[in-house]
Amino acid sequence: MIRQPRTPRIALKLHWFFAALLLAASPALAQDWFRTGTGLGVERPRVAVADLVPRAPEATAHGKLFTEVVRGDLDFSGILELVSPSFHPLQSPGMPLQLNYKAWSDAPASAQMVAFGNLQESSSEAAIEAWLYDVRNPSSPPVVAKVYRGAPTDAQIRKFAHQFADEIIGKLSGGLPGVASTQIAFISNRTGSKELWVMDYDGANQHALTALRTISLMPRWSPDTSRIAFACYIQAFGILSPQICMFSLELGRPVTFPRFHGSNSAPAWSPDGSQLMFSSSMSGYPEIYSIDANGSHFKRLTFSAGDSASTSPAWNPKTGQSAAFISDRGGFPQLYLMNSDGTNIRKMDLPDMGYVIDPAWSPNGQLLAFSWRRPNGNFDIYVMDVTSHQIAEITRDAGRNERPSWAPDGRHIVFESTRGGSRQIWVMLADGSHAHALTQSGANESPNWSPR
Amino acid sequence: MTRASRLYRSSLLVAFAALALTAGCGKKQAAPPPPPPPPPPPPAKPTVTLQAAPTTIEKGGSVTLSWSSTNATALVIQPAIGNVAPEGSTKVSPDATTTYTITATGPGGSIDATASVNVTQPPPPPPPPPQPTLEELFARDVHDAYFDFNKADIREDAKAALSKDADFIKAHAGIKVVIEGHCDERGSTEYNMALGDRRAAAVKKYLSSLGVPADSLTTVSYGKEKPSCTESTEDCWQKNRRGHPVLAK
Repeated sequence: MIRQPRTPRIALKLHWFFAALLLAASPALAQDWFRTGTGLGVERPRVAVADLVPRAPEATAHGKLFTEVVRGDLDFSGILELVSPSFHPLQSPGMPLQLNYKAWSDAPASAQMVAFGNLQESSSEAAIEAWLYDVRNPSSPPVVAKVYRGAPTDAQIRKFAHQFADEIIGKLSGGLPGVASTQIAFISNRTGSKELWVMDYDGANQHALTALRTISLMPRWSPDTSRIAFACYIQAFGILSPQICMFSLELGRPVTFPRFHGSNSAPAWSPDGSQLMFSSSMSGYPEIYSIDANGSHFKRLTFSAGDSASTSPAWNPKTGQSAAFISDRGGFPQLYLMNSDGTNIRKMDLPDMGYVIDPAWSPNGQLLAFSWRRPNGNFDIYVMDVTSHQIAEITRDAGRNERPSWAPDGRHIVFESTRGGSRQIWVMLADGSHAHALTQSGANESPNWSPR
Repeated sequence: MTRASRLYRSSLLVAFAALALTAGCGKKQAAPPPPPPPPPPPPAKPTVTLQAAPTTIEKGGSVTLSWSSTNATALVIQPAIGNVAPEGSTKVSPDATTTYTITATGPGGSIDATASVNVTQPPPPPPPPPQPTLEELFARDVHDAYFDFNKADIREDAKAALSKDADFIKAHAGIKVVIEGHCDERGSTEYNMALGDRRAAAVKKYLSSLGVPADSLTTVSYGKEKPSCTESTEDCWQKNRRGHPVLAK
């Protein structure tokens, strides 16, 4: 079934779809994965983040940290335009009474919104007051007004900054929460073996969860973020083999999960967290099974003919009714959909004889991101609208790009890329813009964005 | 004529002359008793020589012992040789340094001669190679099956390797073998895990078709997690696309 070259048609589709994605990213359109703000006009709002004012000299360092983190979060939110600090008025307000509306709304800052506040710090506590004001509407109440109190540590200041940024993003995106407080699970070899790690969504606070000293792979957050399912090589039935493993973030250690014959990998959670799908060769060739999250009721879902393989299940996070997976029953790995009980398997036809791996649903269950190796090309990340089958290429000409995972806001994608020379974790907006690396040390792979 | 016999003759002449002088004198008298015969000369003492050539050998080599004697009626070489002819040679291979003593015995007495043979120990031979362990035999005789990109089909070269593997496993009844499936670095971690499984299963199936009992074989996939070669070249990728039998512990 070699198709005629269809490049022009693909190009046209890509062009059309990119336009749709970019338009969808503006608050004017009411796509449900990019909710509009209210009363903000068509343009993305220009938001200035004034330097947080230290109430005493010893609070200066944490004030700077807070300001930087909030600016980073807002800049990468994809829903607003951050005013460059070089356009700011000279005086940063520490309190609402000190806010000079006109100075911030006039050129060159031309801000619609200004975030500002102050920080008081003792040896035992940091206290932050922070506000967001609409400087074009001086009579309106503050859009955000928050007080944060906690330990005067860098980690705590970062947490407060992420919370404040998420408040702002939540308001300006019409209620869809920001992702500044989310985390990313991944696999790193920097301790000498592939272990399970987590980091903040901005790459801060990277730390290992496991020290199993075997091979750990493919982490997946449970929907409530209390557990991470992954694959790890452990002794089972007399040999070292890949098994589904479970790490409890509440207990801070791996917890038991049933072991099976053969190789077991690629766990995927149901949206309610009650079940997982995974790939297992317990009956000879890799097929997809489901199992309750407590380890009971495992059931085979796929029965492909011959010696083919099925893996990489991805449970539709919105409906729970369907799942995407990868099968090579057609000769090489391609994208399939099935009902979540294993019935109604259908192939998602793509325009050429590519090699498709790593499907990942957007949180709204409408888009599938995947890595696609075109017949003459590298691995790149594509996004497909499952209803219309329209496809957009999100990465291009920059190393191998694989294993996309969506942020819960549907606006961001984390993935692994070799574009910097080694395999590292990168993030970008879902339209492919603002890509930047989160990891540098060792080789890092298999990122999975926490669902909340 | 030896000096001893000349002496003997001259002493006889003296004796006859003395007899004639006394008989020529006038009157008959009783003849004097003849003088006692002169004592016979003492028998000559035996002589003997013994030589060894060479005088130093490495253990296991041989030495020629040569000897000659005079006035001997019996010759004995000790140790281990015994009676020998008055003159001769023989080969010996002593295990250790030995002093050979030849004793010549004759009417004139006996006399010894000695010759030493110095025997050096050869350098100890290298210890016999230990019997190879099952693990070593396995590593030597059991080979990997290689695969094409994205394939789990058994190639002709893989069939050749696997038929030897099958012979080995069948010849070592009772061993348990794990077939590891491996992939090159291209492709996703997850799909390679599945592809490695297919390769391991294909190897198991082929070995079973050659008569290897299925219960001696298990399979496990390592996907792209344990490459035997880490460069991003086709050469390296080919080495990593393999079914790798290992002896189960």
